Amino acid sequence: MEDWKRGRAMFATVAAAPLTWLTLFFIIPMAVVWLYSFGTNRGLTDIDISGTLVNYQRALEPLYLGIFAKSLVVAGITTVICLVVGFPVALAIVFSTDRWKPWLLLAIMLPFWTNLLIRTYALMAVLRTEGYANQSIGWLHDRFGSIMPLVGLPAPGAYEPMNLLYNNFAVILGLVYVHLPFMVLPLYAALDRLDRSLIEASLDLGAGHIRTLLAIVAPLAAPGIISGIIITFVPALGAYLTPDLLGGPDSQMIANVIERQFKRANDWPFGAALSFLLMYATFIAIAFQAVKAKQAERRG
Amino acid sequence: MSDASPIISIRNVTKRFKGAPSPAVDDVSLDIMPGEFFVLLGPSGCGKTTLLRMIAGFEIPTEGQILIDGQDMALVPPNKRPVNMVFQSYAVFPHMTVAQNVGYGLKIARMPSDEIDTRVREALELVKLDGLAGRRPDQLSGGQRQRVALARSLIMRPKVLLLDEPLSALDAKLRAQMQFELADLQDEVGITFITVTHDQDEALSMAGRIAVMNKGDIAQLATPSDLYEFPANRFVADFVGSVNIFEGTLTLDEPDRAAVDCPGLGKVYLNHGVTGAHGSQVWIALRPEKLYLHVPGEGKAVREAARDAPEGHNFARGTIKGMSYLGDITLYEIRLESGAMIRVSRPNLSRRDQEDFTWDDRVSMHWRADSPVVLLS
Ligand SMILES: Nc1ncnc2c1ncn2[C@@H]1O[C@H](COP(=O)(O)OP(=O)(O)OP(=O)(O)O)[C@@H](O)[C@H]1O
Ligand SMILES: [Mg+2]
Repeated sequence: MEDWKRGRAMFATVAAAPLTWLTLFFIIPMAVVWLYSFGTNRGLTDIDISGTLVNYQRALEPLYLGIFAKSLVVAGITTVICLVVGFPVALAIVFSTDRWKPWLLLAIMLPFWTNLLIRTYALMAVLRTEGYANQSIGWLHDRFGSIMPLVGLPAPGAYEPMNLLYNNFAVILGLVYVHLPFMVLPLYAALDRLDRSLIEASLDLGAGHIRTLLAIVAPLAAPGIISGIIITFVPALGAYLTPDLLGGPDSQMIANVIERQFKRANDWPFGAALSFLLMYATFIAIAFQAVKAKQAERRG
Repeated sequence: MSDASPIISIRNVTKRFKGAPSPAVDDVSLDIMPGEFFVLLGPSGCGKTTLLRMIAGFEIPTEGQILIDGQDMALVPPNKRPVNMVFQSYAVFPHMTVAQNVGYGLKIARMPSDEIDTRVREALELVKLDGLAGRRPDQLSGGQRQRVALARSLIMRPKVLLLDEPLSALDAKLRAQMQFELADLQDEVGITFITVTHDQDEALSMAGRIAVMNKGDIAQLATPSDLYEFPANRFVADFVGSVNIFEGTLTLDEPDRAAVDCPGLGKVYLNHGVTGAHGSQVWIALRPEKLYLHVPGEGKAVREAARDAPEGHNFARGTIKGMSYLGDITLYEIRLESGAMIRVSRPNLSRRDQEDFTWDDRVSMHWRADSPVVLLS
């Protein structure tokens, strides 16, 4: 197994292409943007990398810190909802019969194969004031409204469509919709590996299903839960399209602000500084997972 | 509750798995008495685990009824049944210490923690694991993990303890030791044990009663010695212990004697009757240790020895074609004059006994008139 390390020439040959690719298209652009974050705008396309920290100072102003905080909260809520919804879904797939399992997994993964834009517009069609959600609720409302006088209750007024779109609710709903598969798949992988007899042993010793879930299943699925949280939280934190299309004027997240710096405001240095702050937040989240994983490993 | 009423009553229980061609458990009825050490024995796939899991509540019978202590268990979930199970894989919780594992059930039952500590200490002492309370399961040997699983169930003081192949992961020596320990333990705690195994030695050494299962059916239900000495059919005779089986025809059947003509073995005489139709096809089962070997020229002695049978009966000649020295006994494979093979074991009563016979020796053998078992199926 150590052979590939010793066969240096072979290793170098195999690794050269991907390394070149990474350097050219990942590391160099990142380095450029990182350098921009220490620069000042000189005219439309000219950036002077002066080593200034002004951009970071500006990024830490309350206005932007507020948007950062809000992005963290929105991504956090999204992650929690994904976990709460995704856990039972993953459990259901794990305990479904062999005939159903592939189809259920397919259903979870299907949205991956549809363009994000299309999915988001579809969600808009559902949430619009005259959308399917309001139509359905309105229909139910009218039905019940016609029954209520029959049972002696006052008839309710006409149905007022709810504002489901262009607000924070729509953003979170959209983010949950988009990120649920990211949560379900690692949870499924962790739960599927779980020894069923452990669950049975817990039941056998008198624990109910909820208790077994909390005391046995959740701790043993912890690595899967944590990676599910990370890979849901990180992209949700940097979400751009969803808040852009589904959100209202107060729903912008940090990615929307960054986009504005690079495009409309044409302030690349400031956009770069914001981007790197976002990346540091991401790194912290990932480091947190690594520490947790280490702890879990040490516990065996 | 009087001793006469069974603690577990299995009534016409059938289990069919979806898509399986034949039932895993097929119309089984069993009564198990309080305090019994009951063993389910059978080859792989005969439905032992399925039956045990139905008692524990993890499988629901397709048909039939299971009563525990007189109560129908049909609607009782596993966590509400007065039984506990030791799983084949032990199912020790990997994220808990030994003490946490053992105390889990009591914690669920909301027992005060100081009381749990006392009971855990007692339980660990019982299975000789004191001192390992703080260990994690991955720091334990297979045998120790098995004891954790055992203690974890015993601490619940269930009416019945179900054990699914509890010793299968242990080496022969430890297994033999644990067999004794399990039997002692059962004596000590007085809990009814139902153990599943496919190891017949284990079953014989531990059990009060054994149910031998075959393809979802109970082939025989008996005490260990009855099972060995009076098997009910060819399946049991063959599965429990080693045996020579010869096909034959019942030529004489009287209340106090019978004779079977076996083309492979010769004339077999029995000093007791057989309830089979005269002239019907039967099988003779003869255990290897119940045959006496003689060197040629001892013919007179042989005939003398077999004098409880008429002349020409319970006697055969052959050539040694294989032998294996097992220490306490030597096992001989002998080709009879008819061409059939027979296995004979001989105790090595003195240090040089195994030198008496060797390959290609012509030998004769006899057996007593109460040794063969006549099997009708
Ligand atoms: N969940 C299941 N679904 C379908 N068939 C099953 C299931 N569990 C068991 N079976 C089948 O039922 C039969 C009996 O299985 P069981 O596990 O009871 O055997 P066993 O006697 O315990 O065997 P072993 O000694 O190998 O453990 C087998 O043919 C098995 O394939
Ligand atoms: Mg089994």
